[in-house]
Amino acid sequence: MSITDKDVKHVAGLARLNLSSEDTSLYTTQLKKILAHVEKLSEVNTEGVPPTTSTVPEARPMREDEAKPLRESLVGQECALENAPATKDGYFTVPKVIE
Amino acid sequence: MDNLLLEKATIKELSKKLSSKEISSVELTEAYISRIKELNEKLNCFITVTEDKALVAAKAADKRIKDGSDITPLTGIPISLKDIFTTKGVRTTCASKMLGNFIPPYDSTVTLKLKEAGAVILGKLNMDEFAMGSSTENSAFGVTKNPWDTLRVPGGSSGGSAVAVAASLSTASLGTDTGGSIRQPASLCGVVGLKPTYGRVSRFGMIAFASSLDQAGPFTKTVEDAALMLNAIAGHDAQDSTSINEPPPDFTEKLENGVKGLRIGVPKEYFIEGLNKEVEDSVRAAIAILEKQGAEVVEVSLPHTEYAVSVYYLIATAEASSNLARFDGIRYGLRVDNGEGLFELYKNSRDAGFGAEVKRRIMLGTYSLSSGYYDAYYKKASEVRTLIKRDFEEAFKKCDVIATPTSPSTAFKIGEKASDPLTMYLSDIFTISTNLGGNPGISIPCKISNDGLPIGLQLIGKSMDETTLLQAANAYEKHSGVGIITPKL
Repeated sequence: MSITDKDVKHVAGLARLNLSSEDTSLYTTQLKKILAHVEKLSEVNTEGVPPTTSTVPEARPMREDEAKPLRESLVGQECALENAPATKDGYFTVPKVIE
Repeated sequence: MDNLLLEKATIKELSKKLSSKEISSVELTEAYISRIKELNEKLNCFITVTEDKALVAAKAADKRIKDGSDITPLTGIPISLKDIFTTKGVRTTCASKMLGNFIPPYDSTVTLKLKEAGAVILGKLNMDEFAMGSSTENSAFGVTKNPWDTLRVPGGSSGGSAVAVAASLSTASLGTDTGGSIRQPASLCGVVGLKPTYGRVSRFGMIAFASSLDQAGPFTKTVEDAALMLNAIAGHDAQDSTSINEPPPDFTEKLENGVKGLRIGVPKEYFIEGLNKEVEDSVRAAIAILEKQGAEVVEVSLPHTEYAVSVYYLIATAEASSNLARFDGIRYGLRVDNGEGLFELYKNSRDAGFGAEVKRRIMLGTYSLSSGYYDAYYKKASEVRTLIKRDFEEAFKKCDVIATPTSPSTAFKIGEKASDPLTMYLSDIFTISTNLGGNPGISIPCKISNDGLPIGLQLIGKSMDETTLLQAANAYEKHSGVGIITPKL
C-alpha cells in the first residue's frame, strides 16, 4: 500500500485541513516512509488475538442519568460561551450553511 | 535565599523548613520567581508565569502552616504545570496557536488536587504542541533548551516540565506521558520522572492527545518526592470514566524497604544495536548496584518490543485525529473566517492553528482509520498491542520490576532530528511499550556522560504496583552515589 499525493489530499479533506501543494508532497514523502516502517506489523500473526483499546478493566462505570455540573464553576451559558470566537444572543455563531 | 538552597531543594526538605518556620512559602516563592526571571529567557521553559497568583497562594499556605491545620507535604511548595492541564482563569495553550487565547473556566482534577494540598503554582510550562514530539521543538512558543547544554533539546513532550526541575525553577512539576513524554525528558535533563499506571491519575481537564495512553505524572529531584507528588494526585475521579476505582496506597510507605529479594528483570530486546555504548554501560552498572543490594537479576523477554513504535504511531495518531476534531473554530480556539462558508472556516482555522507535526499526526491517524485501511493499520495495531501487553504480563511472572535504559542516547542537538519524523519517533523506542501495556515507569538519573549529559535508568513496574517500582527506584537512588545532579547555569 503506497500513499500518493491524491490520497494525501483526500485525507486532508477528511481531516478538514488545508494543505498547500508543497505540504502535500512533503507529507506524501514522509507518510510513505512512516507507513513503510509500520508495514512490519503485517509479519505478526494476530489470528485469534483480540484488539486492546484500553488497558483498564472493560466494565464501564454507570451512573444515574441526572444532569449535574462537572465543576461548580462550569455552570451556565455565559461560561460555555466565554471562549467562543463569535457569539450572538447567547449562541455560538457559524457562517450560513443553508442557501 | 541563595541559589544553592534551590538547586538541592526537595519537597521533603523544604516541607520540614516550612513547618519549622525556618523559611516561609512567600520567601521561597519569591526566590523561585526571581530565578525564573533570571533564567527563563535562556531556557524558555515557562510559557506563562503566574507570579501574582503564586504569591497569593504562598500567603495562604503560610497562614495554613501558622494555623497548623490541614498541612500536607506539598503545603507551601512551589511547583509548576505542563501547559496541557487546564487552570481556571489562567491561559492554557497546549503550546499551540490554536489555544493561544484559551482561558479555561475550570481546573483539571490534578490542578485542583495540588491547589487543595496547598502547593503554590508558579506557572505553565512549555511542551511539544498537543504533546506531540520528543524534543519540545514543536512548540508555537519556541524551543525549550536543555540546561546541561543549551544547544541541545530537553526531550519531550514535557520538556518544559523537565527543565523547570533540572534548572531548579520549581521544586517539582507535572507533565504527561503518552509514549515516554515524562520519562524521556527526565532522562535527558537528569531528573526523576514518573509515569503512573494508566488510570491511576485522573485525565479530567488534561487536554487529550491519545486517550488510551495519556497519563499525568511528576518530575522531581528525588524518588521520595515523586512518591509525595503521586500521593497528592492519584485517586479515582468520577469525571474520568477510565480512572481506576481503587483507593491508592500511601506511595511513601515501602520506599525504604530495599531491594533484597526483589527480582529485577532485564529484557534482552532493550539492549540492541543503536543503543549508545555509554548508556548501555551505565544502565548495566546500575543493574549491578541493585544486584549488590540483594536483588536477584533475571533475564526476561519482551518479544514484541520491535513492533511497539509502529503500534504506537498508528494508535496514538488515530486517537489524536479523533480528539483534535474538536478544534473547529466554533466553540473555543482560533477561528479564521474568510467569509467562504463553514467548511472553509474549519479548514482555515485548523490550518492556521495547528503546527506541522500536529497536522502530520492528524493526517496519519485519519489515514489509518479511513475506509479501506482500518483493518490493515488501526485494527492490526490494536491486536499487536494485546501481544505487547501480554509480553509484560508474562515477564512479570518472573520478576517484580524491569530495568532498561530510558532513552537510547543522551540529549541530541536542536534541529538534529527535526527534519526526519521517523528518526524522531524511534527515540521513544524504550518508553512506548509501557504506555501500550498501561504499566507504570520511572526514569532516574544514573550517570553523567563523558560529555557532561545525564543518562537515565528506566524501571518499569507491574500494573498498579507503583509501590514496588518506587521502592526499587529509591533503593537505587540511595546506593548509586549519583545524588541530585544539577547543571551549571
